[in-house]
Amino acid sequence: MAESSSPGAGATSEPTGTQGCQIIVDMLIEQGVEVMFGYLGGVVLPLFDKLYDAPIRFIIPRHEQGGCHMADAYARASGKVGVVVATSGPGATNLVTGLATAMMDSIPIVAFTGQVRTELIGNDAFQEADTTGITRPVTKHNVIVKDVNELAQTIREAFYIASSGRPGPVLIDIPVDVQIKRAVVPPPTKIKMPGYHIRTKGHSRQISMAAKAINESQRPVLYVGGGVILSGASEELRKLALKANVPVTTTLLGLGSYDQSRAESLDMLGMHGTAYANYAVQESDLMIAIGARFEDRVTGKIKDFASKAKVIHVDIDPASISKNVRADIPVVGDAKQILVELTEAVEHRDRTEWFEKIGEWKSKFPVTYDREANTIKPQYVIEELYRQTEGNATIVTGVGQHQMWAAQFYRYDRPRQFITSGGLGTMGFGLPAAIGAQIALPDQVVIDIDGDSSFNMTLTELSTAVMYDLPVKICLLNNGYMGMVRQWQELFYGKRYSQSSLKNPDFATVAKALGAVGIKVEKKKDVPKALGKMLAETRPCLVDFHIDREENVWPMVAAGKAIHEMDGLDIFESMA
Amino acid sequence: MKHIISALVQNKPGVLAHTAGMFAARAFNIDSLAVGRTDDPSLSRMTIVVIGDDRVVEQVRKQLAKIVSVVKVQDFVGQDVVARDLMLISIAAPPDKRPEILALIEMFNAKVVDTTPKSVMVEVCGPESKIEAFMDSCRPYGIKSVVRTGTVAMARQGGSQQNSNS
Repeated sequence: MAESSSPGAGATSEPTGTQGCQIIVDMLIEQGVEVMFGYLGGVVLPLFDKLYDAPIRFIIPRHEQGGCHMADAYARASGKVGVVVATSGPGATNLVTGLATAMMDSIPIVAFTGQVRTELIGNDAFQEADTTGITRPVTKHNVIVKDVNELAQTIREAFYIASSGRPGPVLIDIPVDVQIKRAVVPPPTKIKMPGYHIRTKGHSRQISMAAKAINESQRPVLYVGGGVILSGASEELRKLALKANVPVTTTLLGLGSYDQSRAESLDMLGMHGTAYANYAVQESDLMIAIGARFEDRVTGKIKDFASKAKVIHVDIDPASISKNVRADIPVVGDAKQILVELTEAVEHRDRTEWFEKIGEWKSKFPVTYDREANTIKPQYVIEELYRQTEGNATIVTGVGQHQMWAAQFYRYDRPRQFITSGGLGTMGFGLPAAIGAQIALPDQVVIDIDGDSSFNMTLTELSTAVMYDLPVKICLLNNGYMGMVRQWQELFYGKRYSQSSLKNPDFATVAKALGAVGIKVEKKKDVPKALGKMLAETRPCLVDFHIDREENVWPMVAAGKAIHEMDGLDIFESMA
Repeated sequence: MKHIISALVQNKPGVLAHTAGMFAARAFNIDSLAVGRTDDPSLSRMTIVVIGDDRVVEQVRKQLAKIVSVVKVQDFVGQDVVARDLMLISIAAPPDKRPEILALIEMFNAKVVDTTPKSVMVEVCGPESKIEAFMDSCRPYGIKSVVRTGTVAMARQGGSQQNSNS
């Protein structure tokens, strides 16, 4: 791959070696990158010139934010590192939301940004921005490369940092002159950084303490987050849950880590979690947290969260442990390895009483909705989608009510099946993320369950899906509101719907204008047929469902309440 | 409670900004921050004085250690350390007050480093309590300007190391 310089006629004392722009491409190939996303601009032209001949598939979004979400979802769907490139200034600043989204959900991305010439830095040059300064809080690590001799190693380290330990986005800022200068690339060696150490193996004393606590527990609950998916530990989780005989609840990002069709699955916990998950947590005497971080949407009022329980906290990031909830038994390390060791050390316990209690809650408070309504209920659309896809589709979402319904009414049985912006809650994530996931999973059905306001933010990426002939499907739950905001205004602001409704375009017509298939559905009876048509479509396809405008997400734990203090259970009971 | 945290960091651009930015983003309170190169030119030492309860300081320590360019973090709490602060202070010193001020300077083992007809500039070095006491003693005469380095600290080699938590 390395292009060796041949000092031709008139060659000066230019050092031999490979140009920076070619080094970037060579390193991408060395790292096994097959696809990258990004947008051109003045100071990345040397790089794009080398990409012209590179065996790397390139996807151009319509906006850098879209490109970053695509790289993010590509990583979430494939387990590989997502790669995105942008130019200096506005190109780099447009990545910020995408990087912050990946940072909050621990998604491995390597972002390359161009920078103005080294000697212009700090002079307010055209399209100059302090990219490393701006992105520092939203990346796991970032660096500006001012010496071409450090470029290759910096890229190798970036991929290592992004994908190891608790993964996250890493940004490399490369001035245009560094892309042009030449350097000799050293062969790859084992990466050693003085300030970067990962502990993957759990402390054996901590693991045996955890196993003892599990064996002694009467009412344990496994509380599982996205860390289990990142670690590839779903199978190990299943073995532990079955051997120790412990029910499992997951966070939003943990959905898919445990087969929800199993009896011991409690589904999602937290603000819009199931009553049975929240009750089980509150009644438990032992919380076994694996790759989860006790975020406020999970814990509600923190003082009253699992207040009767001892806490085991397994996490690869020591800073996550005892940040929000004090861990009685912290175990730092990789979820997969620790789950294997824990499974060996635990013993089967009967716990009939505990499972009976959970069974009662499950039968008394299933998540439900008004199935007899004449309007299109969003939950009905998702249930019908689940039925027609036989539960096999990869589901991607935006952020809001539709995201919660997608979490509650589609059922997930495999890791990486549900792709959503959990931590940052980035509206507009859905469509670009569906594109990134579809690139990673060309043979799978990828469906963006979206809301009208979320979709409005990035719908321009529909052109990208058309350009690359991707069969992404958009199942738009259109209530003409920022639904979750409206729900809060209804419940907490006396139904004063301040600025929460938009005048939407006719989305089906927009889809058609952009070269996709567009279908509008206004009657309940037309839902199954429209979904069937969408699933049969090989082109990008949007179905605009005009749903019941003021449907709410239940149950709900209001801000500041403990998670057993759920609203909406009376509504469930009235429908039982 | 005040904790002195010592962080060995890579001597690279952006490390200070990264560290200071992390403190601001996580709402940790820095009482003082002193940075300087070590005997190894590729490494710098940051001494950070933080105020907070044990849980907050534990988070500070962990979040610092998480920064890729931070090599090692130590919390000196419970350790026998030598902690020093350096202050330059300019005091109004009219001729009639000058003898008292010079006596004060002597008492604190401080040093006059510059004089003008109206003022003296004094260098004081020592533990923070001594610096504060000197400053308080100078107030009646009128303090014109103060510059402080913030605390730097090092554990005593023969001292109790049992509480070391690097």
